[in-house]
Amino acid sequence: MALPIMAVLMFFLVLPILMIVAVSFWQATEFSIIPAFDLENYEFLFGSNVTYRVFFNTFKYAFITWVFTLGIGFTVAYFLAFHVRSLTWQIVLFLLCTIPFWTSNIIRMISWIPFLGRNGIANSTLLSWGVIDEPLDWLLFSDFAVILAFVHLYTLFMVVPIFNTMMRIDKSLIEAARDAGASGAQILWNVIIPLTKPGIMIGTIFVVTLVMGDFITVRFMSGSQSANVGRLISNDIALLAYPSASATAVVLLLTVLLVIGIMLRFVDIRKEL
Amino acid sequence: MTKVSRRSILKGGAAFAAGTTLGAPMIWAQNIKDVTLRQFGTGVSNLNDVANKVKEDLGFTLEMTALDSDSVTQRAATQPNSFDIADIEYWICKKVWPTGNLQAMDTSRIANYDKIVGIFRNGKLTPESTIAQGTAPHTVGFVEGPEGNSFVDNESGWMTLIPTIYNADTLGIRPDLIGRPINNWSELLNPEFRGKASILDISSIGIMDMAMVVESMGEYTYPDKGNMTREEIDLTMAIFTEAKQNGQFRAFWKSFDESVNLMASGEVVIQSMWSPAITAVKSKGVPCVYQPLEEGYRSWGGGIGLSASLTGLERDAAYEYINWYLDGWVGGYLMRQGYYSAVPETSKNFMSENEWGYWFEGKAATDTITSPTGDPLAQAGEVRDGGSFFDRMGAVACWNAVMDENQYMVRKWNEFIAA
Repeated sequence: MALPIMAVLMFFLVLPILMIVAVSFWQATEFSIIPAFDLENYEFLFGSNVTYRVFFNTFKYAFITWVFTLGIGFTVAYFLAFHVRSLTWQIVLFLLCTIPFWTSNIIRMISWIPFLGRNGIANSTLLSWGVIDEPLDWLLFSDFAVILAFVHLYTLFMVVPIFNTMMRIDKSLIEAARDAGASGAQILWNVIIPLTKPGIMIGTIFVVTLVMGDFITVRFMSGSQSANVGRLISNDIALLAYPSASATAVVLLLTVLLVIGIMLRFVDIRKEL
Repeated sequence: MTKVSRRSILKGGAAFAAGTTLGAPMIWAQNIKDVTLRQFGTGVSNLNDVANKVKEDLGFTLEMTALDSDSVTQRAATQPNSFDIADIEYWICKKVWPTGNLQAMDTSRIANYDKIVGIFRNGKLTPESTIAQGTAPHTVGFVEGPEGNSFVDNESGWMTLIPTIYNADTLGIRPDLIGRPINNWSELLNPEFRGKASILDISSIGIMDMAMVVESMGEYTYPDKGNMTREEIDLTMAIFTEAKQNGQFRAFWKSFDESVNLMASGEVVIQSMWSPAITAVKSKGVPCVYQPLEEGYRSWGGGIGLSASLTGLERDAAYEYINWYLDGWVGGYLMRQGYYSAVPETSKNFMSENEWGYWFEGKAATDTITSPTGDPLAQAGEVRDGGSFFDRMGAVACWNAVMDENQYMVRKWNEFIAA
């Protein structure tokens, strides 16, 4: 059973990554890529303060998106798991959550642009309500727009694993807590949250890796005015600088692995599942 | 499968032609139907209408691939066997020619060579013109011989690219939202348009627009905008980084559609723009002007070059294609989109008097002007922005260029985007 999976993983995952690592030490001119062992790509990467700024930006997007997707995702999952009593309704409402996923990522993202624009629906509605006197420019082509799109795109990745773990919680534990005199908040904090930790962690891994690896959302929603690591890589590729793109990709991969490694210190997913 | 058979037919044909010199023209005429030429280039001139017309007029097949300018450079430089004809810009030619992937063309085989506009031969539009900065087409237009690797500064008889299409670019504006005349490039950074300006995020072109702005502001006069020193690049980027941090720009655009949407939606009122994008905005019923500016235009030109691996019958077909290209039909087609053709006088035969007057001579339209696809672009009485061919191409301040410090510039550009 394990052998075919190993073979597939070797061929489609490990091998390409090794290739990227190898290329990251090569040299490039404008037209050609020269096999070599050279640390220049890394030296340039770590020597430039743009790299640090861009990595900081990437973490910023990941962190803020994580906070919002967790907040919304947990609430939605809690509602579905504990407030909706009948299984039929749970399934119906859950499927409702997945409807946006019937269209592509890009379409869901781009549809925000006319909505948030200077003359878009959001601004004209706010103007007609008299909430604002002139259109809000920061709604579109800003960090706000980027994070809004991220939250919209990735909240479901939080909802699903959290809902899944919540459904496995033995209801008698909650009854027992209530019988023992715990308040609603105490039950949430001392019973439900500890038991949903693995779900939260799986959702977190999804969201963090997706946001840190993204480049297209940042490009479109910031109007090309902000950069994250993915955009650095895509710019390099457009300019034929594959070795420097590879070096950036390797550093990004290690960073993401490190982040996940730290998160797994807090929760042992394997044990809890 | 079809490709394999085509190649083998060609080989057979070529061998037979070599064996019987007398019968060669006959063979050629029969075999040319089987030729397929693979052309790639940017979207502006890679048009299916052209491929269809080639099939109709010349009998052979032209396969078109349209890519963005980065990918075009990449392909021309790294995949010489993937194409027969490269439709590239002159600044791309400067980067790609040294790779040896293209071959020079014998101008004695180009029937209309003498009629090609002076810009592409000796650099001068009229005998009195001064040559603009940047990679002017004639500076990378000729090499010393068929195997020539370095460019020469005279009409050597061996051309690198046969010019096909060119234009003069400037800023696009929304006159209805600005409400006053715009005459200078410096208006792009005018605080009046804070949060309503845009510039294109293609480094090699964007840096030239920036240079036009910096000069217009009186901050600095470049010895050559097309070939800046590191200090000049730093200075230019510093001015624009400050403007960016002050919120001058609404967004940057990379693709044609983005520029159209930014302008049409009113997110942006002044920005770098390409001529057909203006047309696209106008065709949505939104007023948009391709504003002529005192400092002049940033110009670009493209041409077709032959792959180094092209020989025999296929090369003959390629020459046939080039001669057809300069014969007027394509020129007329392109000029009715607002571009210029390399041999305007042949294009005239394929345009109505009204069209020729509007697009080339800068006269008021006497009737509705439509695009080649039939969309109305201008009504009777309207005049083209910037006027006649000689007014526009005579006011070119610089050509799109590739600098010696290109890699440094690209890094600085990345910093600007991340700033």
